[in-house]
Amino acid sequence: MIPFDFEYYRPDSISQAVDLFMSLTRQAKKPMYYGGGTEIISMARANNIYTGGVIDIKGIPECNKFGYEGTDLVIGAATTLTKISDSNLFPMLGITVARIADHTIQGKITLGGNITGTIMYREASLPLLIADCRLSIAGPGGTREALLSQVFDRRIRLEEGEFITHFIIDSHITSLPFFHRKATKIDKIDYPLITVVALKKDNRILVGFSGLCDFPFRSLEMEDSLNQPGISKKDRIQNAMAYIPAPIVEDIHGSAMYRRFVLENILSDALEL
Amino acid sequence: MIQIRDISTIELDINGEKRKVTVRAADTLLHTLREQLGLTGAKAGCENGDCGACTVLVDGWPIKSCLMLAVEAVGHSVTTIEGLKNAPTQKAFFENWGFQCGYCTSGFIMNCHALATIHPGADDDTIADWLQSNICRCTSYEEIANAVKQVLKKDI
Ligand code: FES
Ligand code: FES
Repeated sequence: MIPFDFEYYRPDSISQAVDLFMSLTRQAKKPMYYGGGTEIISMARANNIYTGGVIDIKGIPECNKFGYEGTDLVIGAATTLTKISDSNLFPMLGITVARIADHTIQGKITLGGNITGTIMYREASLPLLIADCRLSIAGPGGTREALLSQVFDRRIRLEEGEFITHFIIDSHITSLPFFHRKATKIDKIDYPLITVVALKKDNRILVGFSGLCDFPFRSLEMEDSLNQPGISKKDRIQNAMAYIPAPIVEDIHGSAMYRRFVLENILSDALEL
Repeated sequence: MIQIRDISTIELDINGEKRKVTVRAADTLLHTLREQLGLTGAKAGCENGDCGACTVLVDGWPIKSCLMLAVEAVGHSVTTIEGLKNAPTQKAFFENWGFQCGYCTSGFIMNCHALATIHPGADDDTIADWLQSNICRCTSYEEIANAVKQVLKKDI
């Protein structure tokens, strides 16, 4: 049972949602935008977060877009992971999200919720980062478009009152060859020891990582090393390891040294793309 | 716009009936089903999305009701184990001894019922993928898998 009360709103439009956010903020209610709600409910139950009002974005048409618009694939932030994986419109994303949590919860977690959550893995961000995904962002200043990489530095960084309405992916990316590997400690259903997602584009391998550091990331320096011509695969991997952007996680799922070992092996397979 | 500010009465569609419940916005669907409506088939196990004992169907899809607010269910149809009347999945669990203590059983049955409805031709990988959402502390997994396969074969 959630030990505190909050207000619940399910607005029908972006402007209603933003107005509510501003009004609840003025009332010091610490509002939160609410997608699938799985993280908000579980953290609220454990008293790890507080909000006086949630704004459920599932009633907003832009957040439920799902399909092609011209040459772009558009996915609303309120789209569930199940819908994405079942549709197979973007196999690299579909396969990645089909390994987040378990099948039943995938029917509740939304793409926007996974990307903006606080959990360190946020694996759905990996395919979107390497696909150079664009975001449509709504807020008090209106709507704007940004590259995911511009607003993603260890986590999504938006202005006060802003939320992602939908994700925009260049449709030609969706059919490029890709690699996905999620290594877990024992069970298939578990947080990742390491998840690696790679894409081959213009003869370059682009790579995203989760579980390696305490945030998901794509590193252009690591990609440069992995794609360096004229040297062995082993040396390319060793060179890339020098650019891991933060300490390697050391926890109950595995030591930093073990994660390093697993990563080297996964990268060796990914480079066969 | 749907909104709840205080304790409010909302109408939910449960097992094909319109039911009025008085809830806080922070009340989960699981809590509301059990405490307000006396529908105790959905069980509270972990209340954290891990065990699946609380699984119900929302618009025909399995949902862990501990991770859904009751107010989120407004405008959707909810089916609990009490809404299945001698469904083939129930009979198959019974015939295959797909339970021991029974605590996980209604969650498993709801998930399997949805699987058989949505993917009547499910292969072994799909079955495993769906069933990994539920945990049985008595480890009846073999019998549960047999029950699901019997339903999918329409051998019941
Ligand atoms: S009680 Fe809901 S998943 Fe365990
Ligand atoms: S039969 Fe006891 S928990 Fe499954």
